[in-house]
Amino acid sequence: MKLEELDKNLLNTISDIKDIPKGAVNIRKDGQAIYRQSSPNIEIKTGETGGLLVEIKPGTKNETVHVPVILTQTGLNDVVYNQFIVGENADATIVAGCGIHNDSHGRSRHEGLHEILVKEGARLKYVEKHYGEGSGTGQKVLYPTTKITVMKNAVAEIETVQIKGVDDTVRITEAYIHEKGSLKVVERLMTHGEQNAVSEIKINIEGQGGSGQILSRSVAKDNSTQVFKAALVGKNECLGHVECDAIIMDKATIKAVPELMAEDSNAVLTHEAAIGKIAGEQLIKLMSLGLTEGQAVDTILEGFLK
Amino acid sequence: MLHLENLSFSVHNNGDSKQIISDINLDIKRGKLYGITGPNGGGKTTLAKVIMGILTHTAGHIYLDGEDISDKNITERANLGIAYAFQQPPRFKGLTVEDLVKIAQPKLSNLSVRKRMRDVGLCPEDYLDRDMGSGLSGGEMKRIEILQVLARNAKLAIFDEPEAGVDLWTIQRLVDIIVGKYQNNPEAAAVLITHNRNILPICDEIVVIEEGRIKHHGHRDEIWPIIRDDIVCQVQDTCRGEEII
Ligand SMILES: Nc1ncnc2c1ncn2[C@@H]1O[C@H](COP(=O)(O)OP(=O)(O)OP(=O)(O)O)[C@@H](O)[C@H]1O
Ligand SMILES: [Mg+2]
Repeated sequence: MKLEELDKNLLNTISDIKDIPKGAVNIRKDGQAIYRQSSPNIEIKTGETGGLLVEIKPGTKNETVHVPVILTQTGLNDVVYNQFIVGENADATIVAGCGIHNDSHGRSRHEGLHEILVKEGARLKYVEKHYGEGSGTGQKVLYPTTKITVMKNAVAEIETVQIKGVDDTVRITEAYIHEKGSLKVVERLMTHGEQNAVSEIKINIEGQGGSGQILSRSVAKDNSTQVFKAALVGKNECLGHVECDAIIMDKATIKAVPELMAEDSNAVLTHEAAIGKIAGEQLIKLMSLGLTEGQAVDTILEGFLK
Repeated sequence: MLHLENLSFSVHNNGDSKQIISDINLDIKRGKLYGITGPNGGGKTTLAKVIMGILTHTAGHIYLDGEDISDKNITERANLGIAYAFQQPPRFKGLTVEDLVKIAQPKLSNLSVRKRMRDVGLCPEDYLDRDMGSGLSGGEMKRIEILQVLARNAKLAIFDEPEAGVDLWTIQRLVDIIVGKYQNNPEAAAVLITHNRNILPICDEIVVIEEGRIKHHGHRDEIWPIIRDDIVCQVQDTCRGEEII
């Protein structure tokens, strides 16, 4: 199996892989699996949904599975429904992500539902990067949904990154946390041009001693718009925190709606939200170290989204 | 090296014009250390910001080595060799101490970054990766600020109250480093804005700024005796409750 240069570049951007990685991997290109490989501890097959069923065996230590999606054909409306099961006490990383290359004027669209079950005592890191490129005016559209259930004593972290090139995105994240389970959702987003991005995250903390955290950093440039909704529902004695921090520039608009719902008197839920432009003092400071204003802006934004 | 000629800065508020610095004439020569002092609100920081180009003077001229730099912006002045350590350094979310030091001086090797960190009393192992966002104390921020300006190897380095919030042991070390680097340096000069009784008398020249004007200026032997009992004591009473040594 050989990858084309374009495919390699897209894959490298979304999942930091230079070529087909070792271990478990499924590469989906233009609506079809072009490469699939299981590992002794991680099995990838076609599930009842027609999408992937990825099973990470109980007790697996320190393994990564890559499931990138790339779109290079225009006019394609790719829809997937993948399921991931992380076995008891396993410790694994899932690297998902979608890269679109569109040189035409037609629209490319990917819609993905990822359903993740993190079983008792397991640890999971789930990383999803989105990226779009191409010379035409063709829209690059992504609608990802992630549903995650974190069982007793399990720990999960979801990291989503969308820095460049996606014109329209609605990201839905829905989570259920059971007894002493913990979930952290970290989101980094930058929009520019005429882009729109919506992110809705809802974490339901069902079990006693559960904890949930949502951290969002975003930058909106030009005429782009962002809507960020983060809801925490505490149904038991639990801890939850939402933090969203946004830099607004040019003629962009940002709406941030943190929402806390406590259904138990022992639920402790907090939120912080801030939207503001780059502080003038920061620009002045970096310029006094010899950077131009443009370089200073880039340095500040890069650090902020790192 | 730096020549200020009839330099003034005023702000306009609701049709009112307020003169913040007025008619400053000052010559800064290489190899010398200048101490600028005077009561709070006198205009010291404003003068430093006007020299750096952060504020634009409303009258007069600034010459650097004979060239009028009045129209140069902050970046250009930085590249011409002026550096300014802020009185209150801003914080940066997501940039580490190391990032900032490398921006200040991209040519520094990792080894010299570490050495310079130790010079200002910061253990590199503990501080290099620290976020410039919120976790650092005021005194730590100050030391990192001074470190950046020292690392730039500027022709003219201006330190705005380097002692504020910094512990006594570290101040002494910082002062030694500044004196060692600038006093008698044929290439460079330093300006220290300070209220510190130990720092002022080691400066070659002392400038007292009050209500936006130079009230006294001259050799330390001439000025220090005049202000020792006067201004420094007033400052001590009003200096935000900081311990003055
Ligand atoms: N943009 C501005 N608009 C109005 N007043 C200003 C402005 N900038 C500075 N000032 C005023 O100018 C005066 C000089 O301020 P400056 O910060 O230069 O004083 P300073 O000598 O550095 O004082 P300190 O010892 O407290 O640091 C103060 O009264 C200050 O309130
Ligand atoms: Mg001041």
